[in-house]
Amino acid sequence: MSSSSVLYDHPGPRARLRSHVLGVVFAVGLVALLWWIYSKFDAAGQWESSLWTPFTEAKTWTQFILPGLQATLEAAAVGMVLSLAFGLLFAVGRLSEHWWISVPAGAIVEFFRAVPLLLMIFFIFYGVPFLIQGPVPAFWAVVIGLTLYNGSVLAEAFRAGIRSLPGGQSEAAYAIGMRKSQVMQLILMPQAARAMLPIIVSQLVVLLKDTALGYIVAYPELLQRGVNDLAANYGNILAAAMVVAVIYIVINSLLTALAGWLDRRTGTRGARSAKRPRLAATAGSAPEGGTTATNPQG
Amino acid sequence: MHVFTDPKNFDAYLSGFLWILKLTGASAVLALLLGVLLAAMRVSPVPVLRGVGAAWVNIFRNTPLTLIVLFCYFGLYSTLGLNLADSLDLNNYWLGVVGLSAYTAAFVCEAVRSGVNTVPAGQAEAARAIGLTFTQTLRIVILPQATRSVVAPFGSILIALCKNATIVGTIGVIEASSVMKDLLNENGDAVIPIFLVFAGTFAALLIPTGYLFGWLANRLAVKR
Repeated sequence: MSSSSVLYDHPGPRARLRSHVLGVVFAVGLVALLWWIYSKFDAAGQWESSLWTPFTEAKTWTQFILPGLQATLEAAAVGMVLSLAFGLLFAVGRLSEHWWISVPAGAIVEFFRAVPLLLMIFFIFYGVPFLIQGPVPAFWAVVIGLTLYNGSVLAEAFRAGIRSLPGGQSEAAYAIGMRKSQVMQLILMPQAARAMLPIIVSQLVVLLKDTALGYIVAYPELLQRGVNDLAANYGNILAAAMVVAVIYIVINSLLTALAGWLDRRTGTRGARSAKRPRLAATAGSAPEGGTTATNPQG
Repeated sequence: MHVFTDPKNFDAYLSGFLWILKLTGASAVLALLLGVLLAAMRVSPVPVLRGVGAAWVNIFRNTPLTLIVLFCYFGLYSTLGLNLADSLDLNNYWLGVVGLSAYTAAFVCEAVRSGVNTVPAGQAEAARAIGLTFTQTLRIVILPQATRSVVAPFGSILIALCKNATIVGTIGVIEASSVMKDLLNENGDAVIPIFLVFAGTFAALLIPTGYLFGWLANRLAVKR
């Protein structure tokens, strides 16, 4: 945060005093607000030890939270692999020189990016069983939905990455006699994937968060097991929700930190990091062409 | 298409999308105000304000929206007894708006903060040199210029907000995705047309919005 001082002068005695006073006033207000929430919860009996002791018992963790976390991570892992494959396929498809490949690929990507993920999951879970005359497991409803949506977003990220490369790269590759598929596989894709790595990782964070939609179709993931089922046994829905929220925040913060680290690592080497002074320190820098990665979906 | 010629189903379809639009509209305004405020807090000289802004963004950006919306219902409504409207439907609607705005504000804040970064440092230095205070620098010099580069991210945030509005169905607002679920269960012979109509409506709303914001962003971009 030291670099943000461009926005204001180095504080003199009066500014420091004012800043301290403001800080204290605001801190007091904040503490009062938190205290109000605390006392309201207290009045509603939410701090009763019977609601919180379940979290000290091993059974709570082994029966509810850890299996839920495992199901969340399983759906996220399968979804990540499939959506990366989907994204690569459709990015290449949309860049194809044949209109009968690029137009349908573009239409599919645009369509799945515009449709809410929940709508897709509902269709797969409630609609597709009528078509195939058999049930669709909630796991696959969630994973296929995640793949179609996040895969489309990743396809756009890959495409932006390929297009951001200097034209000389593919020209040089053609000049030494490579075929189109070789140019794509050996020259363009590796560079694009590296340039877009931070965006790809932050989209994977979005994907992990989106697995929580599985709750709505009763897929036994973290929210279902850790909040719904746990609270059904102990009647502590708010306590359970807070614990589960902390678990999500820790996992996603770790992944976000990884994305930031990758951004700094790739940023210092590639030519794309323009050295310009920054007004405010930003965690995830705004990627060119890929604003989609900051999509607050899910 | 026989499903939608039934006036009952057609009305359900319309009211579903009306709820989506109402949720999006109210949350967009609240999230914009709150997000800009949070961004100002995050670049302010007061450490406590910076800390609160950062905590807000980290908490809300990393929690699934489903959990936030559920928490609004069970925490704010059931436990704290927060009653935002007399009728149950409207109360759930406002609880959904609170959840959506709190969540989206975190993304607005980060977008504004990156927008502030695109303004050259010389602008802020010049503003300070002529004696403007921090709030004046931000209000008169930095934010108006940052607005131009923030148009494109705001577009994608708005589109995501509209899609996220479907999640409020979890707490009992009969929005588009809940309507579609019911229609699918009642009309097993027409699941594909039903899905295409609902998905197509979203696409018809959101794809032009995306192009509009792309066009605006290009028009307003500062050529440096």
